[in-house]
Amino acid sequence: MLSTAILIAFALVSAAIGLTLWRLLTGPDTPDRILALDTLYVNAIALLVLLGMHLSSALYFEAAILIAMMGFVGTVALCKYLLRGDIIE
Amino acid sequence: MNLLLVVLVPLVGAGLTGWISRFGRMKSAWMTGGLTLLSLACLAPSALAPFAGEVVVRRWPWIPEVGLDLAFRLDGLGLLFAIMILGIGLLVVLYARYYLPERDGLGRFYAYLLLFMGSMLGIVLSENLIQLLIFWEMTSLSSFLLISYAYRKQESRTGARMALTVTGLGGLAMLGGFLLLGEMAGSYELSVILTQGDAIRADPLYTPMLVLILLGAFTKSAQFPFHFWLPHAMAAPTPVSAYLHSATLVKAGVFLLARLFPVLSGTPEWTWLVIGTGLATLLIGAGIAFFKHDLKGLLAYSTISHLGLITLLFGLGTPLAAVAAVFHILNHATFKASLFMAAGIIDHECGTRDMRRINGLWKFMPYTATLAMVAAASMAGVPLFNGFLSKEMFFAETADFSSGFEYGWILPSLVGLAGVLAVAYSLRFIHDVFFNGDPIDLPKTPQEPPFWMKAPVAVLVAICLLVGVLPALTVAPLLKIVVAAVLQAPPPAFDLAIWHGFGLPVVMSLIALFGGVLVYTTRRPLFKLAERVEGQLLAKALHDWILAGLLHGSALATRWLDSGSLQRLVLTLVLSVLALGLVGFLDDGSPLTGPRAILPIDGVSLFMTAMLILVATATLVLHRRRLTALIVVGAMGLLVALIFVKFSAPDLALTQLSVEIVTIVLLLLALYFLPQHSPDESSWARRLRDGGVAILAGAGAGALTWSILTRPFDSISDYFLANSLPGGGGSNVVNVILVDFRGYDTLGEISVLALAGLGIHALLKDLRLPGLERDAEGRPWNWDLHPSIMAALTRLLLPLALLVSVFIFLRGHNQPGGGFIAGLITAVALIMQYLTNGVAWTHSRLSGNMYPLIGAGLLIATLAGLGSLVFGYPFLTSAYTHVHWPIVGDFELASAMIFDLGVYLVVVGATLLILIHLGLMHQASHPGPNQGEESL
Repeated sequence: MLSTAILIAFALVSAAIGLTLWRLLTGPDTPDRILALDTLYVNAIALLVLLGMHLSSALYFEAAILIAMMGFVGTVALCKYLLRGDIIE
Repeated sequence: MNLLLVVLVPLVGAGLTGWISRFGRMKSAWMTGGLTLLSLACLAPSALAPFAGEVVVRRWPWIPEVGLDLAFRLDGLGLLFAIMILGIGLLVVLYARYYLPERDGLGRFYAYLLLFMGSMLGIVLSENLIQLLIFWEMTSLSSFLLISYAYRKQESRTGARMALTVTGLGGLAMLGGFLLLGEMAGSYELSVILTQGDAIRADPLYTPMLVLILLGAFTKSAQFPFHFWLPHAMAAPTPVSAYLHSATLVKAGVFLLARLFPVLSGTPEWTWLVIGTGLATLLIGAGIAFFKHDLKGLLAYSTISHLGLITLLFGLGTPLAAVAAVFHILNHATFKASLFMAAGIIDHECGTRDMRRINGLWKFMPYTATLAMVAAASMAGVPLFNGFLSKEMFFAETADFSSGFEYGWILPSLVGLAGVLAVAYSLRFIHDVFFNGDPIDLPKTPQEPPFWMKAPVAVLVAICLLVGVLPALTVAPLLKIVVAAVLQAPPPAFDLAIWHGFGLPVVMSLIALFGGVLVYTTRRPLFKLAERVEGQLLAKALHDWILAGLLHGSALATRWLDSGSLQRLVLTLVLSVLALGLVGFLDDGSPLTGPRAILPIDGVSLFMTAMLILVATATLVLHRRRLTALIVVGAMGLLVALIFVKFSAPDLALTQLSVEIVTIVLLLLALYFLPQHSPDESSWARRLRDGGVAILAGAGAGALTWSILTRPFDSISDYFLANSLPGGGGSNVVNVILVDFRGYDTLGEISVLALAGLGIHALLKDLRLPGLERDAEGRPWNWDLHPSIMAALTRLLLPLALLVSVFIFLRGHNQPGGGFIAGLITAVALIMQYLTNGVAWTHSRLSGNMYPLIGAGLLIATLAGLGSLVFGYPFLTSAYTHVHWPIVGDFELASAMIFDLGVYLVVVGATLLILIHLGLMHQASHPGPNQGEESL
């Protein structure tokens, strides 16, 4: 039962990644793209956690934590650039 | 052990002396003197062995894998040189203390001097040829430092560079010669080589080997036509000249001739090459010396001439000639060192070295004058001084050698001419400086120097006299063992006496003395003649011409290879790789696909790969809009990290994720100053060409990967997998490789990282660039420097992020993680505070000075490596134990973690240093209206 759910989840998350990438590439604005990148980070976390459940391994969770933490900083830096240009001031 | 210490004490002490000089110049002088004495004391226990006919050889394994031992050898020749190096070194140390001006801290000088002394001792005590060559190169480098001591003066830099070019070139040639010699003899150990003389002389490669080794010896000993560097090296402070050009640096060349004498000598090639070079040097040096108005210039050329004399003696190849050569090495060292010191005193007291101006100094400094005159008389070869004895032996040997040849009279007459010139320039030194009227227009009034400045000269002059009057009692026993070591045979019977009875040598000596006086009295018309040909003497001009040509040539070659266009360079590179790869593919008939079964493909991986390709292609399309391209590249980095996860490389994935964020921040910092769009410049034809090449290269790389992945192969990873836990105490192989198996590489890498950080800091320091007033679409920047919600939120995140980094660090040895990733996470966590709270806010809580952090990291990593030495294991061996912590549970504690801590600190320090200074480059370039808000 769970394995079927995981498989369906894989398909859905993959679809989400595909759609996010579509937004990333088509835009139209830079904020759209930054948001798309941020969403992509979220999707990647989901994918990694799913993979961990699928393989019954906790090895992938650190990568997920790291994406959660690091991705945020990337988004902040990009937004700061849009706002002020100078990101460390 | 003591022989190793003889060499190590000065080398290790050099750094210590440099450090101690900050507590006063006297301290560093005492320290240097003490170290020299200590080295001498280390020599003492073995010093008597050569007199008993023993050769002391001591060896320690150095690089056992290639059969290289650290081997030292003490025989008569080595002993003589070691005593000269240390003895005259001691006098120079004393002399330099008074010679160098008070404002000079002396630490740097003495450190260089000790470095040189140690290298020189290494040459004369080496048993192994390769080891000898290493010390040989070290003397080239340390003498470069000594000659360029007054590095603010152009002539010092030129002189030092010239010496390094010429001796470095010779060292390279000598390496070739030594390799040939070692292969011929079947060993690089002197004990073996010295017994293989006959076999080596019969070898077909004997001549090239001889020429290469002689090139090394001749460049070092300033033999014609390589002599020109020596006069230019006179830009060094006089104590350096006194040391380098009497007993040490230039004697290294003739030392080598003596060392390899039993192996190389005795063939016509040796005889004519060495005699010819020696004779030319002897005459040219003596001739130019007479015409030099500069006191040190005269001594420099006379040194060249005397080195030629010694070389010529070795060229003669007879045992008695070797006796004379060795004897003259000793005599020249004593009288030339004292003369250089006297010249230094005169320069010091008069403020000039021009002999046309310094006259009549006898009235001002009678003691110094007496000492200098004795030494100069010895240089001229006047009876009762040591120079006379060896010079007469020299005359006798040349006369003897030539008697068998048809035109044999040529050699003695040329040698006699050199003798005449030697007397003439010595007389000039004495008469011009100390008599000859009154001083002309001196910058200061000369007076006697302090006692301790004269003392070293007096000691040397006393030796000149003692040896000159009582040779058989003083120097004969030493000479006997030296000659035995040079010849590797019992020494011939020789008689060191002042009077041997009337014969050709006496006649030659008399001719030299009277001829010299005659030449000196006719000096004025001769000087006029010399002025006319000055500057046309070719050796230095040739050197300059060759050097200019080389520079021009390399500039041309560089321009041809590197047009400054990145596109062209990449194109050349890719095309060459394509050509090479194609040749490999075509040559080999095996199919592209190997026998290995292909793994099943799951839908998610397939989808992700397709997405990766899509994003990569999109980057290509979008690359002109730089910010957009940067965002898309960020997505690509994430997808690559996911693929790393898929292929079971969690360490790589973690690293990739951390690096990705740091890269985005770095690029954004740089992008601020750059155009936001790349202009469209390439023509369609060019784009088609480049696209074609790129597709071909990509297809080639793909085909290569495909063919490797479909074939079974054994990599080295099995070894690491098997030994990681038993050998390094960690189950995370990647981390164990980084901190244990290849810890040495990691140490190098973090050093490079630290240096790169410091280099970037040095480049950016105090650089302030104007920022943009408006963004890419012409809107003014937002007024809110640090939005409050964001600022508050990220402050809360900081401890969490640091906790993650500590977690990743601690588990690194067994699970994915480690110091490098943890360092990046910490750096990103701190960068986040800079982004959202500003530099001022962050720096009021955390020092922005990253040097201590980087320094501590390097220090900890190095000490962790050295720690294993204390326990008798090789550098960077790891030890580990398991401890039980409350709450945490069983925990593994490896010494490699200390090393990892060093890595962590360097990564944090270097990353922050670089990013923050990039950010500071445009601090306050567009201040917001409410800047005070920063200290919220």
